[in-house]
Amino acid sequence: MQALGIDVLFKGINMQRLLGGLWISLRISLIAVAFSIVLGLVVGVLMAGDNPVIKAVSRVYLEIVRVMPQMVLLFIVFFGTTRVFGWNIEAEIASIIVFTFWGTAEMADLVRGALISIPKHQYESAAALGLEQGQIYRYIVIPQTLRRLIPLSINLVTRMIKTTSLAMMIGVVEVLKVGQQIIEANRKSSPHAAFGIYACIFVLYFAACWPISMFSKYLERKWS
Amino acid sequence: MKHELIKIESVVKEFGDNRVLDGLSLSVREGEVVVIVGPSGCGKSTLLRCINGLEPIQGGEITFRGQKVDGNSRSIVGIRQKVGMVFQNYELFPHMTILENIVLSPVLVQKRGRKEVEEEAMQLLSRVGLEEKRDSFPRELSGGQKQRVAIVRALCMHPEVLLFDEVTAALDPEMVREVLDVMLTLARQGRTMVIVTHEMSFAKAVADRVVFIDEGSIVEEGSPEAFFEHPGTDRAKRFLNTFTYEKVEKGA
Repeated sequence: MQALGIDVLFKGINMQRLLGGLWISLRISLIAVAFSIVLGLVVGVLMAGDNPVIKAVSRVYLEIVRVMPQMVLLFIVFFGTTRVFGWNIEAEIASIIVFTFWGTAEMADLVRGALISIPKHQYESAAALGLEQGQIYRYIVIPQTLRRLIPLSINLVTRMIKTTSLAMMIGVVEVLKVGQQIIEANRKSSPHAAFGIYACIFVLYFAACWPISMFSKYLERKWS
Repeated sequence: MKHELIKIESVVKEFGDNRVLDGLSLSVREGEVVVIVGPSGCGKSTLLRCINGLEPIQGGEITFRGQKVDGNSRSIVGIRQKVGMVFQNYELFPHMTILENIVLSPVLVQKRGRKEVEEEAMQLLSRVGLEEKRDSFPRELSGGQKQRVAIVRALCMHPEVLLFDEVTAALDPEMVREVLDVMLTLARQGRTMVIVTHEMSFAKAVADRVVFIDEGSIVEEGSPEAFFEHPGTDRAKRFLNTFTYEKVEKGA
């Protein structure tokens, strides 16, 4: 046990601290996910529309998010704004802003893709049956869009949870940072702590993401 | 003379600069089976889509029982309930079972009782031999089965006219028959139907009147015997010739 550094987990309140760190990670990601889904739905619907200005602006937004490493975004929002605008944003808030900015773009793209993947003929055959515009969306288009969207957006959620580990770079004491602190503190007494702690963090991330990913697989099978 | 159900008067339909229907006039009487034939892109599918307001028209007028067909008006929903349409690619709703597909609109739009509609749906399904598919999803059916369901879905609305838009064009040859048989039965029942098709022998069998359209207007119309045996125009002759082949003479 000691050789693998697992004993450190059971020293004092280390395990509790790690779980507390995991909670911070999950809190950041879940808040960001909630914002991303709501905003992403709105932006995605707009992107699927015909307005050329909205299309151009959202295109640029999407490209920025795609090419920019999340860590750079974190640094801009956390350090950059303090220097330039004198804003003092808390690290956790900064992370939520960045992950929402990123998640909204990804979500919007998924929504847009799901919406335009509904064939025009589905609208027409519903109309030919006498359904009105609102009914067509409610009974035909939205159910099909959601079915395509939910498995994809769940994958996005797991990606967002994993990516929150970057938040430690701007000083958020989330699960990875807590792990590092424990390793540092036990450097003398348990030199192998790194293995045990990181393995534990791996298990924690796995426990958080795997059920979500399984759920999305289940939905995909059910609705395929 | 029976009642005129559909009246199409000098209809013009344009997609940008492309004039697809060029002042076309046609009327369909109650109980009549009108088959529309013509080369691809001649505007026959577009004409069907205009009849129930899926395409806006740029000139002329289409009326159903004297009521103007206009895709943007409030009355269109009422007209579409009386004008059933079956599409080339079935267009069943993939997220609903067969039965749900059929009862959706009668219950939702016509406000009929679910139980009564389901009973009727099952009767209609058994008539096309698909009653055991009630809880299947469209993806589990063959093309021919899907198309039969689509016909049942249209019938369950109690339409006064049925529009068929190349309903066998996407089917494998061995499935064409099962769909056409359903349509022949409907014709025998005296249903009013407007059928766009490339199946010439079926057209000959089912039609009361054949309408040949080319370049957006009617070139020739008449009884199936007259049209298929003695076409009066060169264009119709040329069109009909594309369906027959001369025996290859070896060594010629």
